[in-house]
Amino acid sequence: MNAYILGAVFIVAAPLLGGLLSGLDRVFAARMQGRQGPPVVQPFYDLSKLFQKRANIVNRYQALLVFGHLVFAAFTAFMIFSGGDILLTLFCLTLSEVFLCMTASSANGPYSSMSSQRELMQIMCVEPMLLLMAIGYYLATGSFMISDFLKADTPAIVKMPGFFVGFLVILIVELRKSPFDISSSHHAHQEMVKGITTDISGNIMGMSELAEWYEVAIMFAFSGLFFIDRHPISILFVVLAALAVFFFENLVDNVFPRVKWEIMFRVCWGVSFVAGGANLFFLLMMQK
Amino acid sequence: MKMSKSPWLLHYDASSCNGCDIEVLASTTPVYDVERFGVINTGNPKHADILVVTGGVNYQNKPVLEQLYAQMPDPKVVVAAGICACDGGVFKDCYNILGGIDKVIPVDVYAPGCAVRPECLIDAVVKAIAILDEKRARMKAENKA
Ligand code: SF4
Repeated sequence: MNAYILGAVFIVAAPLLGGLLSGLDRVFAARMQGRQGPPVVQPFYDLSKLFQKRANIVNRYQALLVFGHLVFAAFTAFMIFSGGDILLTLFCLTLSEVFLCMTASSANGPYSSMSSQRELMQIMCVEPMLLLMAIGYYLATGSFMISDFLKADTPAIVKMPGFFVGFLVILIVELRKSPFDISSSHHAHQEMVKGITTDISGNIMGMSELAEWYEVAIMFAFSGLFFIDRHPISILFVVLAALAVFFFENLVDNVFPRVKWEIMFRVCWGVSFVAGGANLFFLLMMQK
Repeated sequence: MKMSKSPWLLHYDASSCNGCDIEVLASTTPVYDVERFGVINTGNPKHADILVVTGGVNYQNKPVLEQLYAQMPDPKVVVAAGICACDGGVFKDCYNILGGIDKVIPVDVYAPGCAVRPECLIDAVVKAIAILDEKRARMKAENKA
């Protein structure tokens, strides 16, 4: 029962956290480039603005599909924080992304359809690693339930360093950071610019922005799962790890602004199968 | 929260000599850093609140400008950046130039200069967002009525 309450609380808290992280992200990137950057709460201003705008509706499915994207992102957050099944969480997250792809495909604009294909490519890049990670958790803790990860004596990172490395690499793609021809980005100088959300506007865009915050929160929750165990002190490590991950992702984004999707594909799969695979092999050997 | 806290720009070059475009981009560099005010240079009319146009519009890009304006969701404002966008400038008498973007779409703020100075442009954007808030208030009142 308690778990469900916690999950429900995080349905509200996750977008707040995600929004704040996106704000920090913008300030941080600006400081790295020698600019002052916007206030940390800027994403909240943006969201409020989007909800005040009139939407240009492209077709009758758009609003429904974006709503699906948001609902499943929220449900994923709920599942993580209520200690649900990690496999189900991952499928739910993918479903949410597929909804966004369908939104873009339905719009029939060149940027939208091109980005929708590229988004599918991105899903293909990150999915193997996420699934390997779930298998890794099962081997390390003997369960797929997130609530069981919290009962472990040692944090998962001890047994799963390889998975963590792989996760760091795919996180760059998941947070819509590095490949400059990624399906959608906040930078105006990138190939697709607002790619997948090109034909989404006004308050519907607000919904998709909210879903993106959920995704950011979910990703940092995943990074936290590597560090959490049954000792309360591990929460400190989770926060520290999240900050370190945040710094690393921003650094990569600023250092490699011209990576293309072909390289993204090779690096993601390469690291997933080498680091993740080696780690999986060791876990299997340890089981014997 | 007021809309003016989050002005997203769309920049369109309607046959400018590129002088003004460079100044528009200069406003996003570390020296001027318009992102301080939450300004984002989006490349997408459907996300934009402010349309910044440079150049005096010719017959070829008139329909493009009209379409970009039509694609922006309400409320929206238009800034004419540079004297060419305001009234045609040095190109005013050219046979292909319409002379000022207000011949094609309604303009809210005029930012003169050849080229427009980043300070002047930022000032124009600040004026524009005040108008944006007004338009939003009007829209709200209309929706209620
Ligand atoms: S105002 Fe001057 S700098 Fe700007 S587009 Fe016209 S001629 Fe070029």
